[in-house]
Amino acid sequence: MIPATFDYELAESVDHAIELLGDGRDAKLLAGGHSLLPLMRLRMARPELLVDIGRLSDLSYVREDGDTIAIGALTRYHDLQHDELLRSACPILAEVIGTIGDPQVRHRGTIGGSVAHTDPASDAPTILLALDAELVARGPGGERTLPIAESFAGFLQTALDPQEVLTEIRVPKTSGGAYQKFTRRAQDWATVGVCAVQVNGGVHVGLTNMGATALRASGVEEALASGADPAAAAERAAEGTSPPSDHNGSAEYREHLVKVLTKRALEEAQS
Amino acid sequence: MATTEAETYIGKPVPRKEDAKLLTGQSRFIDDMQVMGMVWASIVRSPYAHAKINRVDVTAARESEGVVAAFSGADLADDWAATLPCVWLVTEDTKQPMHRPLATDKVRYQGDGVAVVIAESRAQAKDAAELVEVDYEELPAVIDPEAALADDAPILHDDLGTNHCFTWKLEGGDVEGVFGSAPVTVKERYRQQRLIPNAIEPRGVIATYEPALDEYTLWSATQIPHILRFWLAIVLGVPEARLRVVAPDVGGGFGSKLNVYAEEALALVLAKRIGRPVKWTEERSEGYLATIHGRDQWQEMEYAADEDGKIRGVRAKLVVGLGAYLQLVTAGTPILGGWVYGGPYDVEAYSLEVIGAFTTATPTDAYRGAGRPEATFLIERTMDALARKLEMDPAELRRKNFITEFPYTLASGLTIDSGDFVGALDRALEMAGYEELRKEQAERRAAGDTKELGIGFSTYTEMCGLAPSRILGAILYAAGGWDAATVRCLPTGSVEVFIGTSPHGQGHVTTFSQIVAERLGVPIDQVEVIHGDTTAMQLGLDTYGSRSLAVGGIALYNAAEKVIAKARDVVAHKLEVSGDDLEYDNGTFKVAGTDKAMTVRDAALHAFTAHDLPDGMEPGLEATFVYDPPNFSWPGGAHICVVEVDTETGAIDLRQYVAVDEIGNVINPTIVDGQIHGGITQGIAQALWEEAIYDEDGNLTTGSMLSYLVPSAAETIDYELDRVNAPSPTNPLGVKGVGETGTIASTPAVINAVVDALSPYGVTDVTMPAKPENVWRALQEGGAK
Amino acid sequence: MKTVGITVNGESHSAEVEPRQLLVYFLREQLGLTGTVVGCDTSSCGSCTVLVDGESVKSCTMLAVQADGHEVTTIEGIGSPGDLHPVQQAFHEQHGLQCGFCTPGMVMATISLLEESPSPSNEEIRHALEGNLCRCTGYVNIVKAVKAAATA
Repeated sequence: MIPATFDYELAESVDHAIELLGDGRDAKLLAGGHSLLPLMRLRMARPELLVDIGRLSDLSYVREDGDTIAIGALTRYHDLQHDELLRSACPILAEVIGTIGDPQVRHRGTIGGSVAHTDPASDAPTILLALDAELVARGPGGERTLPIAESFAGFLQTALDPQEVLTEIRVPKTSGGAYQKFTRRAQDWATVGVCAVQVNGGVHVGLTNMGATALRASGVEEALASGADPAAAAERAAEGTSPPSDHNGSAEYREHLVKVLTKRALEEAQS
Repeated sequence: MATTEAETYIGKPVPRKEDAKLLTGQSRFIDDMQVMGMVWASIVRSPYAHAKINRVDVTAARESEGVVAAFSGADLADDWAATLPCVWLVTEDTKQPMHRPLATDKVRYQGDGVAVVIAESRAQAKDAAELVEVDYEELPAVIDPEAALADDAPILHDDLGTNHCFTWKLEGGDVEGVFGSAPVTVKERYRQQRLIPNAIEPRGVIATYEPALDEYTLWSATQIPHILRFWLAIVLGVPEARLRVVAPDVGGGFGSKLNVYAEEALALVLAKRIGRPVKWTEERSEGYLATIHGRDQWQEMEYAADEDGKIRGVRAKLVVGLGAYLQLVTAGTPILGGWVYGGPYDVEAYSLEVIGAFTTATPTDAYRGAGRPEATFLIERTMDALARKLEMDPAELRRKNFITEFPYTLASGLTIDSGDFVGALDRALEMAGYEELRKEQAERRAAGDTKELGIGFSTYTEMCGLAPSRILGAILYAAGGWDAATVRCLPTGSVEVFIGTSPHGQGHVTTFSQIVAERLGVPIDQVEVIHGDTTAMQLGLDTYGSRSLAVGGIALYNAAEKVIAKARDVVAHKLEVSGDDLEYDNGTFKVAGTDKAMTVRDAALHAFTAHDLPDGMEPGLEATFVYDPPNFSWPGGAHICVVEVDTETGAIDLRQYVAVDEIGNVINPTIVDGQIHGGITQGIAQALWEEAIYDEDGNLTTGSMLSYLVPSAAETIDYELDRVNAPSPTNPLGVKGVGETGTIASTPAVINAVVDALSPYGVTDVTMPAKPENVWRALQEGGAK
Repeated sequence: MKTVGITVNGESHSAEVEPRQLLVYFLREQLGLTGTVVGCDTSSCGSCTVLVDGESVKSCTMLAVQADGHEVTTIEGIGSPGDLHPVQQAFHEQHGLQCGFCTPGMVMATISLLEESPSPSNEEIRHALEGNLCRCTGYVNIVKAVKAAATA
């Protein structure tokens, strides 16, 4: 219940954070802390240094930028869930964010923290993947933009450089969409989650907790593109997945469940 | 002499007196307490389920910042005068292994303590505990109780040479004859999964030792300060009179704090060794290993019946996973349901065999309901199997078999004092709208709805209010079942009440105040109920087994009657009349036919000043009563659960839950409803969400609240409650126990509903907890609709 | 050690804390505000819920240094036995507590909920309390209490 000792530095700016990350200690960024602190409390994570970027209030925003919506990486779930612009310009994202954790978690947790944590059971990476979100990250060498898919290095592993700070997430404006989140308790991570949303004229399907990272159900997307109905397309939902087995469901059950949820998500998104 | 009409309280929804401090953060739970000079203990626990301890090295821990001391189990091996206790060795040949607070030779479950570190702060103790080096030689684990009894199973206690702890048998009636001649039999086998009690307050202790007085004090988050004092005196080999145990505010128990734990003994020994107060608080994941679990049984049940559904005999067998050691009631827990495997039904032949096996897991013990939820589950699930076989409506089958005449002596030998099973079922059917539900079910089935409707019954009785001491003696329980109360009328008009029960959420302060305030005619806010401190109240056997009102409450009622009797003598003397001429009502004695009157409170003042008492009367108005109940308490009732099952995903939605209970007279209906709500929820939680799971190496893989699923408000529903009443004739208040009824009744109601929903698919069982995958698998295996 | 300035229940406190000091232990052990309790080690039970700048937060999942400069409200700061907050009063009247251990967290979560949604439906209430576990009440009377507080 008490983390191992660590040093703590408060970042005054993104550049300051980048500098602190590069000082040689095993450092972790602290945003809302709702992924990192639980691990540290159980001493399953023991960084030498925490670089607190939680006070960089200029990284908390939702802005319209042409056809896209730009979201500051430190925007809290609660603010996204209730943001008027997001609710009108990309309602599915606001809806999915509203299913994360519980109200207390949503008051502290940030979208950037979730993306960087790269937990396949988290909801935010899935919807962002389905939306073809782009990430803006800044490091010692400057700023770069990358598709979110390229930030997934593996289970709980981000491809962002250890010295990079995720600053912004960009999603296209979109209407409609559906997220089928299946949990045993409301506060739990999804046993399986399926997101269906129309992006650039095609239906994108994102899967939660069906592999080492958030995934796209490309078989389903292909089937839909070739005119299959939701029920037929959903039959391909488990293709290319490698779901975990745990107490909430074996891989075999998840492979079944994902088809049911995909069908439901597609039907809901259509209606 | 004022004789205003006193208020009555019994049977009324009096708001709780306990609430103000709990609602404002002014309660004192164990972890809220600090004592001057206090140090913190952190326990090093085995990561292995079963291993030989080759070496424990605490050197590095001792050198860590802030560390005061560190000990291995071997360092403390001579500090114990006796093993940690088991109060109920259920047969003459029950095997009790040595159980030291810290292991010395072997660890026998994941979480078994091997060393302890004491430091100036909580964090320093934890940091240093990581530095203790232990050389383990891993041994094979065995988690399943049936596997533990196999010839080639790894043996936990080498000196016992077997994992078999006991075989307990009970028979009544002509079992062979009935089963030999019955035209219909059904036989079922079920699994009662392991459960973790999850009182939201973790356990904790503070121990102090005063060398000049050679006195110990233990504050502990416990349900049983009195029992704890007795046993710890034995474990430590110290005079009981020099050990005080205090239960401060305690945040729930459900049986998990009904024990004599290693940490309680350890803290006392360390306080003496170090010369400073020692505090230990469990972390939740630590508690999942170090605090008792519940259930863990393989169950078999056979019914012998006539073709019309009349049950004639029951024959049951349980194989129980005890875990690694015998904690306080480990062996007895399954036996607590041992007389009620016939349920509320008229059954002439009875046979039960219970086998206990040691396994490399946390010890199991009394978790809410203790033995009786297991019984009700097996009875009620098998009842539905019989209904299926006979193609009878499950409600009708139950009605056909109910006991209707009371008192009724069970084939198992005990006597149910009163009940109204028929009335409870009728009312429950009416509240649920049973016919409409069946209609809707049929419509859904006909329409091919992927969400099926299921209706499940659980009609039950149970034995609680532990318990008549003579019976406890006869079944080898090492203590009595009485309880005690003292009522002291103070000269200024208020009343002090000392009780031997030890509440931790049940509202005894309010309920017991209601009894005393009404009987003595004092305002309820003038009654102070004191509990949980062995110095304030030496007599008591604490709170468990739905006993507090049915035993402690009657002790209190009788103590109040003794006070009234003495007050009658005081008043008669004062008013110069005969005691027989006094009429007593609500705190006031009146001389019949006159306006002469005097209250109990007036009598208290006279008894205190003692200026004018009858010759030979002791001054003061105070009485203690120790009450030994003549019978167990026999609540019962009918619960109906309605679920919707998503046949595509296996998800279950609770739709409706109706509970009609017969629990005798009610002192505070609001508190009673609250007990039933909570009880039902824990039983539903067993049916749908909760399970302690070990892997084959003996690792607890549901090791935190993330993976052991305690339900929240979002998963549960409102319940519809009502009562029928058949007051207990065995006590003057006509009350029965209620704390466990909900848990005892609800689990099979839920599973019966789920199986009912899926019956068109050939499903006859769903493994508990009925998580979506288990439902889905049952559908896969059940075959097509 | 780091120096923090935290306003708790309207009173400003300046204190030295270890960076690893969790907000809940800062409140309990450095300020003696023991009404906020610890029921788990996985951010699951919600017993430690407090308000930070008016919003519910699990104080076990926040470092004291993260609260530097913020306003924290605990159960001790909303009402007293003689002058209960409407939510406390509703929990009392509806018997929304038994052992009382989860209660401060439930009350603070409820205050936050009602701030954001003054007249929630039963379903909304049940979902809003998904991060707070109670083992005694079965939630029936807690939901009633929240409903009653909303209409008080």
